[in-house]
Amino acid sequence: MSKVMPLISANCGKIRPDSVEEYINVGGFEGLKKALKMEPTQIIDEIKNAKLLGRGGAAYPVGSKWQQLYNIEESPKYIVCNADEGEPGTFKDKLLLEKDPLRIIEGMIIAGYVFNSQDGYIYIRGEYEAIQKGFQSAIDNAVENGYLGNNILGTDYCYNLHIMTGAGAYVCGENSALLNSIEGKAGRPRVKPPHLAEVGLFGMPTLVNNVESFANISTIISIGAEKYLSYGTPESGGTKLVCLSGQVVNPGVYEVPFGVTLRDIIYDSELGGGIKDGKNLKFFHLGGQSGPCGSLSQLDTTYCYKALRANGLNVGSGAVVVMDESVCVIDYLKYVTEFFIHESCGKCTPCREGNKQLYAILDKFTKGEATSGDYILLKRISDVMAKASFCGLGQAAATAFNTCLKNFRSEFDAHLRGKCPAGVCFTKQERGE
Amino acid sequence: MNDAVNINKNITVTIDGIQTIVPEGTTILEAAKKLGIKIPTLCHHSDLKPGATCRVCSVEVKGQRRLKTSCNTPVADGDEITTNSKAVREARKTIIELILADHPQDCLKCVRNGNCELQKLAYEYQIREVPFERTVKDLPIEDSNPSIVRDMNKCIKCGRCVEVCQEVQQVAAINTSFRSGEFKISTAFNESLADSPCVYCGQCITVCPVGAITEKDDTDRVWEALDNPDIHVVVQTAPAVRVAIGEEFDMQAGSIGTGKMVAALKRLGFDKVFDTNFTADLTILEEGNELLQRITEGGVLPMMTSCSPGWINYIEKFYPELLPHVSSCKSPQQMFGAVAKTYYAEKAGISPDKIFVVSIMPCTAKKYECTRPEMRSSGYQDVDVVLTTRELARMIKQAGLDMGALHDEEYDDPLGTSTGAAVIFGATGGVMEAALRTVYEVVTGQKLENVDLKMVRGLKGIKEAEVDLAGTKVKIAIASSLKNAKEILEKIKAGECDYHFIEIMACPGGCLSGGGQPFGTTNAIREKRLEGLYNIDSSLKLRKSHENPAVNKLYEEFLEKPLGHKSHELLHTHYVGRKY
Repeated sequence: MSKVMPLISANCGKIRPDSVEEYINVGGFEGLKKALKMEPTQIIDEIKNAKLLGRGGAAYPVGSKWQQLYNIEESPKYIVCNADEGEPGTFKDKLLLEKDPLRIIEGMIIAGYVFNSQDGYIYIRGEYEAIQKGFQSAIDNAVENGYLGNNILGTDYCYNLHIMTGAGAYVCGENSALLNSIEGKAGRPRVKPPHLAEVGLFGMPTLVNNVESFANISTIISIGAEKYLSYGTPESGGTKLVCLSGQVVNPGVYEVPFGVTLRDIIYDSELGGGIKDGKNLKFFHLGGQSGPCGSLSQLDTTYCYKALRANGLNVGSGAVVVMDESVCVIDYLKYVTEFFIHESCGKCTPCREGNKQLYAILDKFTKGEATSGDYILLKRISDVMAKASFCGLGQAAATAFNTCLKNFRSEFDAHLRGKCPAGVCFTKQERGE
Repeated sequence: MNDAVNINKNITVTIDGIQTIVPEGTTILEAAKKLGIKIPTLCHHSDLKPGATCRVCSVEVKGQRRLKTSCNTPVADGDEITTNSKAVREARKTIIELILADHPQDCLKCVRNGNCELQKLAYEYQIREVPFERTVKDLPIEDSNPSIVRDMNKCIKCGRCVEVCQEVQQVAAINTSFRSGEFKISTAFNESLADSPCVYCGQCITVCPVGAITEKDDTDRVWEALDNPDIHVVVQTAPAVRVAIGEEFDMQAGSIGTGKMVAALKRLGFDKVFDTNFTADLTILEEGNELLQRITEGGVLPMMTSCSPGWINYIEKFYPELLPHVSSCKSPQQMFGAVAKTYYAEKAGISPDKIFVVSIMPCTAKKYECTRPEMRSSGYQDVDVVLTTRELARMIKQAGLDMGALHDEEYDDPLGTSTGAAVIFGATGGVMEAALRTVYEVVTGQKLENVDLKMVRGLKGIKEAEVDLAGTKVKIAIASSLKNAKEILEKIKAGECDYHFIEIMACPGGCLSGGGQPFGTTNAIREKRLEGLYNIDSSLKLRKSHENPAVNKLYEEFLEKPLGHKSHELLHTHYVGRKY
């Protein structure tokens, strides 16, 4: 059986991305047409039954999110698509934005219809400048063909989509920071409560979902929840776009059904195809820089929300960064931490100060200056970051460190003794060469 | 929000094993406080919206993976909260140490030594060493304006100053900028405060938990004058100082410290201790008559008060087109300076160039006001130095004076005589009440029996009333805080305003919570200081400005009449729009 299952990526590369005609020829807008004949609550139930979990990284049940917003009476409600794909090693939204924008638009129209929204916003990261143009063209063509704008498909329903963009801040991927950025404010996360479903964009109730989540909506409505669920595992419905990168033979985006194993993803010939240059796998970093690092012993874990979580791992954004034996984990962690030092918004103490201090100690390890007492400090810093940071950025920033320390403690210990097993750290002289 | 919290709904929670019932919407911090549990805070301020940025107030909530910040998290029914577990203590200690690693730790040399929220927390958590790498930077100290000094090396990024500047005052001179370790509080494009919209109200100082924002210390200049035998140093004290100075010496907020303060000033060596209240009465005579003139002669209405220099800076910067509405009267501080270096100089037979006028003010904008080039009516800078309440307290402490043990003393004549109408200038609504007491009697020719005009009192941000002056209805409004001032100004601009007279104070609650007052001002303390001022007023025999015998004598001997030629020369000013 094939380990690849193109469901939401089926059109990618097969049609002209902004062509409504070609999109319709491959079954596009079927979900929308069906949805417009359904009650909003039926649509929400269908999504709930499909067990679609948010594909941005936090895996919040999409149906519940929609239900919560639906229960709020205040209007207008806004629909926002989070296309600020900033997680390193993650480029799956890019694929959809670039190759099948109308699928995302269709999902956003269905959401707009459910909440009777007049306006939807898609926040596309600043670095995806060319994609923004293509996406705008897709919006324009959808308007021209009656799928957006006034009286959609002859109904009373009117809905417009707007593209917004940031200046390139990772933290704007955090939904409340993203809304601040749309509003023209600095992209820093908001105090919660109130939650975005209550007080979101411009102070109004707001739905924020990831690109891939919206891309799944039309498929769920058009094939039905039951069929959709059958593609995955009982708890994790459907498929997942996985982004393979690092020292793997076939890097790229692959759509896999939940239920394959990590080994399949990294080694299957249809997927990663194994480690480059005949080297051995050392670890894999899941879900982006904010995710956990897994070791060889976890390779046979099933790729689904439940099994990964049970093994201290998670799906996250869908990134799978593969690192071979030539990599020093501490050196790698310094890169990860440098990223968070750069991207922390700076408002809360644990994230602003913690990342700095974490880096300083890791740096000591790679220079042979660390002592065993540094383990205590590392634990204190990573604990306070995980438990007391303001938003997901700080809470997750030390995840890679925590999992690496657990899986590669001996490598840390070796550095205390002035040895870098991968031969990356210290000068040649220090290494005794 | 619209899903308004049902205040009737009660919630049962357990905090540290003690069960309690609180109204829905109560935060963990508030609920714990009711049980006598003081959760430590740093970025939280009782008058401001919680920012939840420092994370010091983190607590454990059973069933939650992460700690919750108690300042902004409402309790939920059945919550089991632990505020003092090992995990909580360790997290808090780490947070404090992380902050300290990025802090100069030069407490001994800090103006907030002994009065710093971070220092107190470090003490409570028994921080003996900071195990983390020192990351404090060497940022330049901003002291290029006469009022406010900003040392961002000491800033702990709590965001309170931003909240007060953005939300309470809506001046928005400062905001957060940059990210991560570079994250800081700054003006737009890091320009100087002088080039920013800042109006020097100093509310940012009053909410700063550490020594990052302070007034510009001018005590050395005053010591120098006091030490110089050739200079005659006179001092004036603003109304609101007397009900706050005691807080610096462990007295209750709102306790009346007038007599002890006067005694202390004399001990410090001031040649004459005068009262800004004297010129507050004088202001009423000038401003009251200006109002009547505007009403009867078709002048620009509504007329707005001009006592508050933060407010004047604000309207000059933000609404220059409305400047004709502002009374031409100088503030009482500046009237005092002009009178001291002319009338008093003549009377005392001292050349004005040998007179040094010091003001004790609850205000930081006053420091800027006295340096304005137009404030030289005497031919010299009318007021030489302005000290805040806090700076005076520092001088008293330096001089080794035991405030509590000092016996009350009286202000000197002639510029020390005042009425109850003057002392209430220190509270929002006070200038209005004082003006009405006088205007009523001038217009009606009748005696105002009940001088307690309660409709203009209290801390409410905007107050409106209509007063019947023998058939003429006078519509008035009072606003304190610049956000509320802005609301009124927008109404005037839109032509939706039929007031005759508007009192505006830059600081919320008026001068009693000015930027120069003792640290720790909260709404509760505002109430106490307010009460103190009205208590002084009601205890006095003379409660109407026009009954001030010394002011009347000033007119007889020197000024001739309100709005007269000499008054215009010395007591009135003009305004200009200012760019930022």
